Amino acid sequence: MAITGRIWRVSGPVVIADDMRGSQVYEVVDVGEQRLTGEIIALEGDKAVIQVYEDTVGLRVGEPVVGTGEILMVELGPGMVGNIYDGVQRSLITMMDDIGDFLTRGARTHALDREKKWHFTPTVKAGDVVEEGDIIGTVPETGLIEHKVMVPIGLQGTIRNISEGDFTVEETIAILDHKGKESPLKLMQRWPARKPRIYKQRFFPEDLLVTGTRIIDYLFPLALGGKAAIPGGFGTGKTVNLQQMARWSQTHLNIYVGCGERGNEMADVLYSFKKLRDPATDRLLQEKEIFIANTSNMPVVAREISIYLGITMAEYFRDMGYDVLLVADSTSRWAEAMREIGARLEETPGEEGFPTYLGSRLASFYERSGRVTCMGRPERMGSATVIGSVSPPGADFSEPVTQSTLRIIDALYSLDVALANRRHFPTISWLQSYSMYADSVDKWWNRISKDYTDVRNRTLIILQNEADLEEIVRLVGPEALPEDDKLLLLVARMIREDFLMQSAYHPVDTYSPPERSHKMLSTIIRFYDVAKEMAESGMLVSEIAQSKLIPRISRMKDIPHDQIDDYVNSLRTDMDKGLIAEEGGI
Amino acid sequence: MDSVQLFTRQTKAISIAHRSLLIIESIPGIRYNEIVDVQLGTGETRTGQVIEVGKKTTVVQVFGGVSEVDLQNSRVQYKGETLKLPVSPDILGRIFDGSGTPIDGGPPIVAEDYLDINGVPANPASRMPPAEFIETGISAIDGLNVLVRGQKLPIFSGSGLPHNKIAAQILRQAALRGKAEDFAIVFAAIGVSYDDAAYFISNLEETGALSRAIGFINTASSPVIERLSTPRLALTAAEYLAWEQDMHVLVILTDITNYCDALRELAAMRGEIPSRRGYPGYMYTDLASMYERAGRIAGREGSVTILPILTMPDDDITHPIADLTGYITEGQIVLSRGLERKRIYPPIDVFLSLSRMMKEGIGEGNTREDHNNVFMQSYAVYAEGNYLREISTVIGSEALSDRDKVYLSAADRFERTFISQAEHERRSVEETLGIAWNIFSMLHKEDLKLIQEEYIKKYLPEPS
Repeated sequence: MAITGRIWRVSGPVVIADDMRGSQVYEVVDVGEQRLTGEIIALEGDKAVIQVYEDTVGLRVGEPVVGTGEILMVELGPGMVGNIYDGVQRSLITMMDDIGDFLTRGARTHALDREKKWHFTPTVKAGDVVEEGDIIGTVPETGLIEHKVMVPIGLQGTIRNISEGDFTVEETIAILDHKGKESPLKLMQRWPARKPRIYKQRFFPEDLLVTGTRIIDYLFPLALGGKAAIPGGFGTGKTVNLQQMARWSQTHLNIYVGCGERGNEMADVLYSFKKLRDPATDRLLQEKEIFIANTSNMPVVAREISIYLGITMAEYFRDMGYDVLLVADSTSRWAEAMREIGARLEETPGEEGFPTYLGSRLASFYERSGRVTCMGRPERMGSATVIGSVSPPGADFSEPVTQSTLRIIDALYSLDVALANRRHFPTISWLQSYSMYADSVDKWWNRISKDYTDVRNRTLIILQNEADLEEIVRLVGPEALPEDDKLLLLVARMIREDFLMQSAYHPVDTYSPPERSHKMLSTIIRFYDVAKEMAESGMLVSEIAQSKLIPRISRMKDIPHDQIDDYVNSLRTDMDKGLIAEEGGI
Repeated sequence: MDSVQLFTRQTKAISIAHRSLLIIESIPGIRYNEIVDVQLGTGETRTGQVIEVGKKTTVVQVFGGVSEVDLQNSRVQYKGETLKLPVSPDILGRIFDGSGTPIDGGPPIVAEDYLDINGVPANPASRMPPAEFIETGISAIDGLNVLVRGQKLPIFSGSGLPHNKIAAQILRQAALRGKAEDFAIVFAAIGVSYDDAAYFISNLEETGALSRAIGFINTASSPVIERLSTPRLALTAAEYLAWEQDMHVLVILTDITNYCDALRELAAMRGEIPSRRGYPGYMYTDLASMYERAGRIAGREGSVTILPILTMPDDDITHPIADLTGYITEGQIVLSRGLERKRIYPPIDVFLSLSRMMKEGIGEGNTREDHNNVFMQSYAVYAEGNYLREISTVIGSEALSDRDKVYLSAADRFERTFISQAEHERRSVEETLGIAWNIFSMLHKEDLKLIQEEYIKKYLPEPS
């Protein structure tokens, strides 16, 4: 029977209850007469320390605290895609219909609609022997996601009574018989939020995760199953970058966790996904997206759990054999939630007041990414990629959250305030960012072009040389440089403005497929080679800079996808004819 | 809240009085965060709030401090309620102090409702992205850092910079294009000098805007703890007008720096573990609980737009107050001491300023089709000019090419004619864009790379 205790102390989001002997750590409890959702985070004798996921204002000593006997579970099944959840998986769409535009306390909703019928088509038949993770059937969840119904982890046996039909998530779709013990299988299953889901084997990520952002895909590629972080001061466009990734990434499913961020921006994301279409399939983006919205004015403790909610969902779809991207904005707000709870518990703080377990919590979150072979049959591979944003105070990367994150992740997209002030977007710094996946996705890129490695390396060197030269220019002015350096500066500028800069708001430029990115960059590099020959034969860089080819190169960005091949080909032909000089009309 | 209390809700069992805190033996039924009256032996009554409640002891923070509290004669009466603001349409035109009491000599408010000053978070799924352009009549804002309804856009200032003048100018001039409806104005003075508060009020009086304004005034000499309630009262009033009365509300919160210092002071008294520069670790969340009350809700007529003002200590934009604000708000208007020294008003630093909602609010149907192009090009011209200015201080302006010299003078002209304007000058967005086009006419047509051909044909004036 459920354990009922009494509130003993209230301090912010932390409530201590007594008479709680028999409860377990991480058990979910209903706190007070309004039945606020809380979670036990520590037990001391018959007292339980509870973090409450809602505002605790008005709670009184002596109000009841009722245990549920269960730890915090995530509901997994059809109906998640396209939905919007708060940190504890209450559907905000249902809440809007049930309680209105403002989030009053104690409201409850199911994560998955209990009424809606889904069409289930079995892929196994009665008499088949199945084990944990096996796919037993499918449900068309959206136009883009076919939900694979799997045997829950921990179950196995012989299938009895399975048939095609329309079911709610709670109705029995099949009976599993294991040595006479019968278990009903449903479209919905549950999983503890804080526990990683299991898989068979893990592999190093080696396929490119196409984000459509040129500087990422080309210079600092991210791989399916990888883990990356985007740190940046305010105004550097962290959120726009993450939104772009959640929009255009060529994955099967994206999960966007807005953790302690702006309500208006969340509204913007939600609206835009109702209108924008996936470039590969031309379906609405919301058909491949799950949102978790816990804005900065929503209860702070729910931020802490929202990250686990997101990653559990990501793993569940990974287990179906999908490539899933989880975007978490921002992990700093998550860390702050941990700090606040830690302080209320009077734990000994570490650096800057953050709990000493900050590093290990961050690590275990990012570690849940990966490319794996899934449990069960048929054999399949899936991946979960994790990108977290970091909001360092004062854009100072030496702070604990950034530093702890850097130790775990394998790709860094460092956002630069100076670039933001110059309105160079995306503000991903080409000098500070890196990707450990560059070598492993090389093979993937070489299928698009054998030149990839060469073009990438040369580009990085040009940009590095430019940074060195800029110091000199500031002292002596650009005119005092030798001609070959002037040419390098010209080309570096073209790389920056005509390739690295990318507008999130331009209908064509917002998404750049890898083939297109390669064409653009290799054209600029080709221009460099041709111009170098010209310069060696005596042409001045100031003359080369007048070439009519340059404005044509800068227009490449805006050329529609179906015309870009012809456009670049004619550009190349003119370039190879040595038209730099002639067209310049000197 | 319970309507009937079956037990005495008052006690004299105060065991410790220290700084602003009272530690009291608990009596049954105390609510977390409820409001208390502390009656002193002298007969004075002060307000306090329960900040921790336990079975044995309760901690109360007293607004106005614990001076003159004695442990024998003082008594604490629990009110069973959290801090609430009485509201009705009659609150327009009224001025209150930081505890919500009228200080304008008028009658008390006959309340239609009592609203919790902490508000209730809006469901993110119910929000509507802000998109309607507000014309402030200030070129540096309307042209380059557009304000839209439902946005929160702070002014980052420094001591001695004219942030109050700019805020007052926005209050006077802000309007929606082509619509006659006026904004309701809610003004919260948080720990500012009496003169600053009086400046705003007389400004509103002069323009006749006071009848559609509400003031909440906590001056530098008012109780520190009320600096925390002042902005929340203001936002509660704003939400009431926006969501219940269908009004568009512009909220000015000045000065957030005083607010944060009060937050730090009170946190230190509670013995909390400080974070950066002594400010509490939850300051981001605390500030967000105010700023996030800006917005629009689908299906509701009104909106809440917030303009917080803060003075950056030592003009340092990485100071926690500016930094955390910048992480929550949708951009910032940054004032520059350099421009101020050049006698440019308003001294808005175009490079550090930013409006994240800009793209939604401009273009055809909102402002004008060429707005985005003009914005990008102005920015590029001014940036190039500034860069050359920097270089020319090292290598001398003689070493610059003729083209570079044109950019230098374009940047100067940009500061003198575009950014700079009179305190009482209200420019339409067409005038603002026109000034930019005049500057573009100094340059070669080929240099206007960021503007579409058709707009150049349509808007570029013939060089004179």
